[in-house]
Amino acid sequence: MRIALFATCLADTLFPEAAKATVRLLERLGHEVVFPLEQTCCGQMHINTGYQRDAVPLIRRYVSVFSGYDVIVAPSGSCVGSIRHQHALVAARAGAAGLAARASELGARTYELSELLIDVLEVEDVGAYYPHTVTYHPTCHSLRMTRVGDKPLRLLRQVRGLDLVELPAAEQCCGFGGTFAIKNAETSAAMLADKLTAIESTGASVCTAGDASCLMHIGGGLSRRESGVRTVHLAEILAAT
Amino acid sequence: MSTFLGMPATAPRGVGHLRGDEPFPAAAHTALANDQLRRNLRHATTTIRGKSGRVIAELPDWQELRSAGSAIKADVMSRLPELLEELEARVTERGGVVHWAADANQANAIVTELVRRTGSERVIKVKSMATQEIALNEALEAAGIQPVETDLAELIVQLGNDQPSHILVPAIHRNRSEIREIFLTAMPGVDPGLTDDPPVLAAAARKYLRETFLSTKVAISGANFGIAETGTLAVVESEGNGRMCLTLPDTLITVMGIEKVVPAWRDLEVFLQLLPRASTGERMNPYTTMWTGVTPGDGPQDFHLVLLDNGRSAVLADPAGRSALHCIRCSACLNVCPVYERTGGHAYGSVYPGPIGAVLSPQLTGIEDNASLPFASSLCGACFDACPVRIDIPSILVHLRNRAPHPKSERAAMRAAAYTMDRPKLYARAQRAAKLARIAGRRGRGLPLGWNRARDLPEIPAQTFRDWWASR
Repeated sequence: MRIALFATCLADTLFPEAAKATVRLLERLGHEVVFPLEQTCCGQMHINTGYQRDAVPLIRRYVSVFSGYDVIVAPSGSCVGSIRHQHALVAARAGAAGLAARASELGARTYELSELLIDVLEVEDVGAYYPHTVTYHPTCHSLRMTRVGDKPLRLLRQVRGLDLVELPAAEQCCGFGGTFAIKNAETSAAMLADKLTAIESTGASVCTAGDASCLMHIGGGLSRRESGVRTVHLAEILAAT
Repeated sequence: MSTFLGMPATAPRGVGHLRGDEPFPAAAHTALANDQLRRNLRHATTTIRGKSGRVIAELPDWQELRSAGSAIKADVMSRLPELLEELEARVTERGGVVHWAADANQANAIVTELVRRTGSERVIKVKSMATQEIALNEALEAAGIQPVETDLAELIVQLGNDQPSHILVPAIHRNRSEIREIFLTAMPGVDPGLTDDPPVLAAAARKYLRETFLSTKVAISGANFGIAETGTLAVVESEGNGRMCLTLPDTLITVMGIEKVVPAWRDLEVFLQLLPRASTGERMNPYTTMWTGVTPGDGPQDFHLVLLDNGRSAVLADPAGRSALHCIRCSACLNVCPVYERTGGHAYGSVYPGPIGAVLSPQLTGIEDNASLPFASSLCGACFDACPVRIDIPSILVHLRNRAPHPKSERAAMRAAAYTMDRPKLYARAQRAAKLARIAGRRGRGLPLGWNRARDLPEIPAQTFRDWWASR
């Protein structure tokens, strides 16, 4: 299958390993990956911080860059959630009815990585080997906006050598929330502290998730605590052999 | 019959409890420093969450019930004037008197005058969010009338000269030893040997309240529902104090937000299932009291209904925000909110705290007066999943953020980011520049952003993904 990759601005700039792993994984499974270079950002930061008008050109860009592809994948439940549930709404509110219709149609063809693997490519065992103790944090937008459900866990359970340990209070927010982490830094830090304690209590050496953004926040906290637990994007585990 | 309340206006300043003294981050700073408060909150919300989750899981049709509740509320909002006039007509037919209050000032003046006419210098009160919203107690006290809260938690808050911090559990931020101190200091006739054993505390409150119920002739209540079809008002509560207030006095004055009207009696079937399971984690609330106008020889013989707008029409006027009016005040969103759990209700500066407060208060007051509240959320979405009437709180938060005034520097940075991101070549250059800008260091020293408080920055990779792709 020919699959277009939307790397997301965050993975492209700060976490390229997550996007590279997505490419390696899909190619290993026998698919063709294309990366349209005109892509940049889905505009979620602008939408969620109250700059909807400024996000409209970014929505228009996403729609025009990816319109020609049948299947688009992003290694981020959060960006996929925004594309699927916010693009059309923001475009419609800006009076761009045509754009809204195209965005809505494109949103239905944009998948988060675990959705693509299980729902579209119908594969649960991706042939990965990752000999570590891992705990999975179901990020809020993957869980409640994109609704990936237990798909990441189903994929992780098939990874050879991987010891999956349950994260207590897994569904509680880590406190990232985009610009929330800056605008309400203290509350965000209090939420993060509880998440870090929960992660450390599992004894895992790796915490994984489907969103680079939350992992940046959690990883930054673990690093500050010098805890020894690493954060690794789900795609990197699934691409490991 | 037609009643004109004036053009939709936001709740007036200078009266009521909808506006905080400081923005959310500053108020949260105080709360976050209080370890006792955080322990109390965590214990209480975790307990309620567990209990509520268990009884909700018993209902196979919970999702359908939520949709039904949402549909009824959407219908109410689409024909609110008509339903309110129907309610007014039915209440009047049954011997009640209906008053229309455009805002907190009018409502307080109407109620104060009604109480004054009875000659009573004391009123008993059923816990009511609407009267908290308009600061009715303060207005009555200023007029020389003593309001006595009869809900146990509300009484604790009142005696402690405090403000409620939760919709359903107003004293959630207090533990039992704090409550003992409050009773010893402020409760008339309390036994000085009082212990902090919960049954002993409850018995002390019961003794005090029983005397007050039997000697007070005027009661003031809120209303959970007002049924247009029959003119019936309904209050649900757990302790029986409400039942006492609604039946014993000669005069009953109910202050009801105009959004509380429902079309028909049968609509209660939906809400009386949703409300207790979502709020207290009970299958059925212990006391449901309903009354229709005046019944000779039974209950209060003088009944007044005050219909309160206080910004609600203004909320209704915004199609993207109006579903905040669907709220049935169950507080499920508070109990699942990770932000509320750490900051408590006072940080929201309004009688409506937590996620619903973050969308309701700024709409009632006008966004300029509560501009920090829509940002007091990580948009985790737990509130939407918990809401028994399916209010999409995260979407309303995002909508209100778009209407909120922005700091100039932030606006400039966001504009610049959007400009760059719409130009791939410029964007790629900016990415490479970021790679070189390691001045801040991983600890983020010198960053004015607050990120460095608890988190290191990620290591900036040597190569962006697009550069890697180009070099393959």
